[in-house]
Amino acid sequence: MKLGIQINEGPYNHEASVTALNYCKAAIEAGHEIFRVFFYHDGVNNGTRYSTPPQDDINIANSWSALAKEHNLDLVVCVAAAQRRGIVDEGEQERNGKDGNNIADGFRISGLGQLIEAGIESDRLVVFGD
Amino acid sequence: MATKKFMYVNRKAPYGTIYAWESLEVILIGAAFEQDVALAFIDDGVYQIAKGQDTTEVGIKNFSPTYSALGDYDINKIYVEKESLEARGLTVDDLMPLKWEDEDEDWAEKDSIKVVNADEMKALLDESDVLLNF
Repeated sequence: MKLGIQINEGPYNHEASVTALNYCKAAIEAGHEIFRVFFYHDGVNNGTRYSTPPQDDINIANSWSALAKEHNLDLVVCVAAAQRRGIVDEGEQERNGKDGNNIADGFRISGLGQLIEAGIESDRLVVFGD
Repeated sequence: MATKKFMYVNRKAPYGTIYAWESLEVILIGAAFEQDVALAFIDDGVYQIAKGQDTTEVGIKNFSPTYSALGDYDINKIYVEKESLEARGLTVDDLMPLKWEDEDEDWAEKDSIKVVNADEMKALLDESDVLLNF
């Protein structure tokens, strides 16, 4: 089955992202395809490489980056939500005149159309959040 | 591109969290994709389309006028759960009069809002292909 994933909550404050991470791993293991993972609302905060949790805690951003690398996942951060919350890639840095960027490996910033497309192209859109 | 039945499920109050406003942003962008779109307002979500919203005192943008534009985006299936209204002492008269113009009937103005009970809402959610839950 082709799955679209939407994550609406930030890391640590809410379990949604880690649950989604585990869900994606299990789905891939069971032979399903992840069409796209779309990060929305505070979920965009999963895509910063500047997160430094204590060493005995999970690094959620790195875990997503690793899973994306291993399975060639498309991790998309919503641009409008990212701009509000300060998640920046090189393109956004240049466009908005910021002094740096913080997007984590394997993530890209794009528009809400990517979420709608995931809804259209996937057999199921699975939403993680409150 | 295939056409699917999209249902946006709005369950939270308009202010206090950003879910309602960012849900509306998805709805407006999604309108360009020519899908079969419907909106559901359940629980505190019914407050999102309440009349007379005034955010002056909280200093947050009042985005409620945007709902009136939905008809122009061909979004005219707006379902409000009866039980959620009743539990909050509201009736359809407390909601914004959201309208659309039917081009097949000489642009006659029609109500977009339809109040449905929980069972009817369940059936509507059941028959949707894509549920976007906010």
